[in-house]
Amino acid sequence: MSVEPQGKQEQQWVVEMLSRSAVPLLAVLTGLLLGAVIVIVTDQKVIDAWAQVTSSPGALFAAMWASISQAYQALFAGALGSPYAISESLVAATPYVFAGLAVALGFRAGLFNIGAEGQLFMGALASVWVGYAFSGIPPVLHVTLAVLAGALAGGVWAAIPGYLKARTGAHEVVNTIMLNYIAFRLSDWLINGPMKRPGWVPITPEIHPSAYLPRLFAEPLRLHTGFLLALAVAVGVYWLLFRSTLGFEMRSVGANPQAARVAGINVGRTFVITMALSGALAGLAGASQVLGVDHWLGQGFSAGYGFDSIALALLGKSHPAGVVAAALLFGVLRSGATRMQSAAGIPIDIITVIQALVIAFVAAEALVRGLYRLRSQGKASAELFTRGWGR
Amino acid sequence: MKEPVLELRQVVKRFPGVLANDHIDLGLGKGEILAILGENGAGKTTLMNILYGLLTPDSGTIRVRGEPVRFTSPADAINLGIGMVHQHFMLVPVMTVTENVMLGREEVRNRYFLDRAKAAAQIRTISEKYGLAVDPDALIQDLPVGIQQRVEIIKLLYRQADILILDEPTAVLTPQEVKELFVILKSLAAAGHSLIFITHKLKEALELADRITVLRRGRVVGTVLPAEASEAKLAEMMVGREVELVVDKAPAQPAEPVLQVEDLWVAGEQGRPVVRGVSLTVRAGEIVGIAGVQGNGQTELMEALVGLRAPLSGKISFLGQDVTGYPPRKRIEMGVGYVPEDRQRDGLILPFSIEDNLVLNTYYQPPAAQRGWLNRQTIRERAEKMSEMFDIRAGSVLAPVSSLSGGNQQKVIMARELSRPIRVLLALQPTRGLDVGSIEYIHQRIVQARDAGCAVLFVSTELDEILALADRILVFFRGKAVGELLAAEADREKLGLLMAGAGVAA
Repeated sequence: MSVEPQGKQEQQWVVEMLSRSAVPLLAVLTGLLLGAVIVIVTDQKVIDAWAQVTSSPGALFAAMWASISQAYQALFAGALGSPYAISESLVAATPYVFAGLAVALGFRAGLFNIGAEGQLFMGALASVWVGYAFSGIPPVLHVTLAVLAGALAGGVWAAIPGYLKARTGAHEVVNTIMLNYIAFRLSDWLINGPMKRPGWVPITPEIHPSAYLPRLFAEPLRLHTGFLLALAVAVGVYWLLFRSTLGFEMRSVGANPQAARVAGINVGRTFVITMALSGALAGLAGASQVLGVDHWLGQGFSAGYGFDSIALALLGKSHPAGVVAAALLFGVLRSGATRMQSAAGIPIDIITVIQALVIAFVAAEALVRGLYRLRSQGKASAELFTRGWGR
Repeated sequence: MKEPVLELRQVVKRFPGVLANDHIDLGLGKGEILAILGENGAGKTTLMNILYGLLTPDSGTIRVRGEPVRFTSPADAINLGIGMVHQHFMLVPVMTVTENVMLGREEVRNRYFLDRAKAAAQIRTISEKYGLAVDPDALIQDLPVGIQQRVEIIKLLYRQADILILDEPTAVLTPQEVKELFVILKSLAAAGHSLIFITHKLKEALELADRITVLRRGRVVGTVLPAEASEAKLAEMMVGREVELVVDKAPAQPAEPVLQVEDLWVAGEQGRPVVRGVSLTVRAGEIVGIAGVQGNGQTELMEALVGLRAPLSGKISFLGQDVTGYPPRKRIEMGVGYVPEDRQRDGLILPFSIEDNLVLNTYYQPPAAQRGWLNRQTIRERAEKMSEMFDIRAGSVLAPVSSLSGGNQQKVIMARELSRPIRVLLALQPTRGLDVGSIEYIHQRIVQARDAGCAVLFVSTELDEILALADRILVFFRGKAVGELLAAEADREKLGLLMAGAGVAA
């Protein structure tokens, strides 16, 4: 058996990375193109110009062009156009990185963690409580404890469906969804009751500054250390998955639970551990948001990070690097959308539609491959994502 | 050859990196049985898929009854009277024979209503004509495999196919069922049907076929008449070199008992006991073969022995220690090696690399890992050594095992199990679906393990394998060991009778 020269191996690695990211990248491109079409056909100016298309066809094209260039310029400016914009995009990307990793980790072990949103709420509740209920703790220690509390709460919350699956075979999709409802109502009750700050508004007290995830730059840039933590955790998840024996077990169970069992791997135990770790990551998403940005917790604070993260893990092909890239994209879209609405009058919902289209294209990989005449590489990855169902 | 009904001229089919069919010439005469013989990966399946319209050849011509044709789907082939019996049956278990046969070509009356009676009558006519005794109203799931296969054949005759392709039809049958199948196939040929019979079993090709075409590496090596051929000659044509058809081994020298089973009862998938009171002992340095028709409890017994299936009662001891309640990992660590029946489902993780599959049950121990972290470097070096030692043919140990041929996949499993310090090897159908070359190799490895002091217990449904490999033979029938003989006193007839339950008082 000959070992290939180092240079060639590296080259292959680059080629492989490119070919693996080809579909997600093209999906993003297609999503943006279709988004442009939607922007055009819903723009009143374009509709008006359409009425006069026979007399002045040029005006129609001008109106179309103005419409999309305005929209995407505003999107770009809002997302990346200034230090503040970039900071906001990264702030928005931070919980996405954590929550995306949470779902991706589950996917790798063949588990469909739909409950990231609930786990994120539990993490945020625990972090905020540690943040305001204790005082006089040194800053570094306080924030560390608050972060760990968030991870722990999310982990315990997710371990419940993991345990139920391992013990009784109950499907994790059903149970994570049910636990989402419980988490939402539990947080409503806590924020309206035991954790409510004095006064009329149903929000928690503000956390002590010692529990803040420190900002990286001066005001008004909100980028905080949670973003760096997210990147570090992504590297950690990569090592866990591909370099540790635990990750080997997770991937074995995800790819072929039967063969894993025959090889002596305790499949049930792997389910519980994976769910707990996945929940801990989702919990960190909530922790980073309350400790780094909001500093208190109100009702419905998450705006669907946990649900978006399912799509995000798909877009990132369940690979930590892919998840980080996808999270950055979502962060950019989310913070750019606000500017697009104020500057170009395009509703934020268009961005939601674009996100949905991107995900649909990633899921329907064959469609993108057909559209751009890419060669198929087999269905190894498709299998990975469908395994959660009907087993 | 008589009047040709099917002719292939210079048919070529390429896959990326492989020339699967390299200028194939083939002719099938009316009323003839043609055996296509070849190892796995010789291009048999590709050729069949071309004939059945599942694949389109890159070049070359196909003529059916003299007319050049171009298939784009199985429907084209069916319309031209070509039918195929797949290795894995395409039947709906919860439906009756009649319903299965009608499926896709339903008899109707008044446009909307199924006419089961009419179809059933036709099925009766067909089965009487060719001696295919089948009850049209029986549910498929209640029928034994041999009868299910007849249903597949009836399905083709019902569709008026007169060119029948049978892909490894004997793989799932008992010796008795094989005999019956051959009678049926001969009567079909006598009635003017033309048959292509794909196999890698030399004996069957010699027994059944009018002519035998041998494929090797995508090419036709030659076509011979059975009268002029011998097993040795065919094997040589198939593999390209002389092959040892008998396993070369010294007499066994059994030592201390390694595995002891006492009155073991094990439930099957349906919850009924399928292993019913089995006691056996396997000693160091001997190979014990379990003979029997598939589905007589062999699989469940082996799964209970490795800890995948909890026994209902009874005791399993390993090296004198009671291991009945131990989980698989504990047994693996104590020195139990296992070669599962379905290597792709139970033995390998197909998308994983060869190196990862080679450490599938030792990945957490030194030298593969230290304190929870994988030693990638060590894993790779050892994998490279192992694939050299076990002759695993692949471009690199980083290649996914899904890209390997069946023989090489099995070698990965053998390499994994035999490079650990095991005391007993439990193997289910260790050479199923493998080519002659790989079978020879795996057998040698098993004998080597025995000579090194390993106890071996293996299950096979192939009498030849049992006779060639085992030192001692247990025959299984309905969950019990109904006979025990030394290999020296066994022969095909004795085993065949025992396998059919002749040794048991009703």
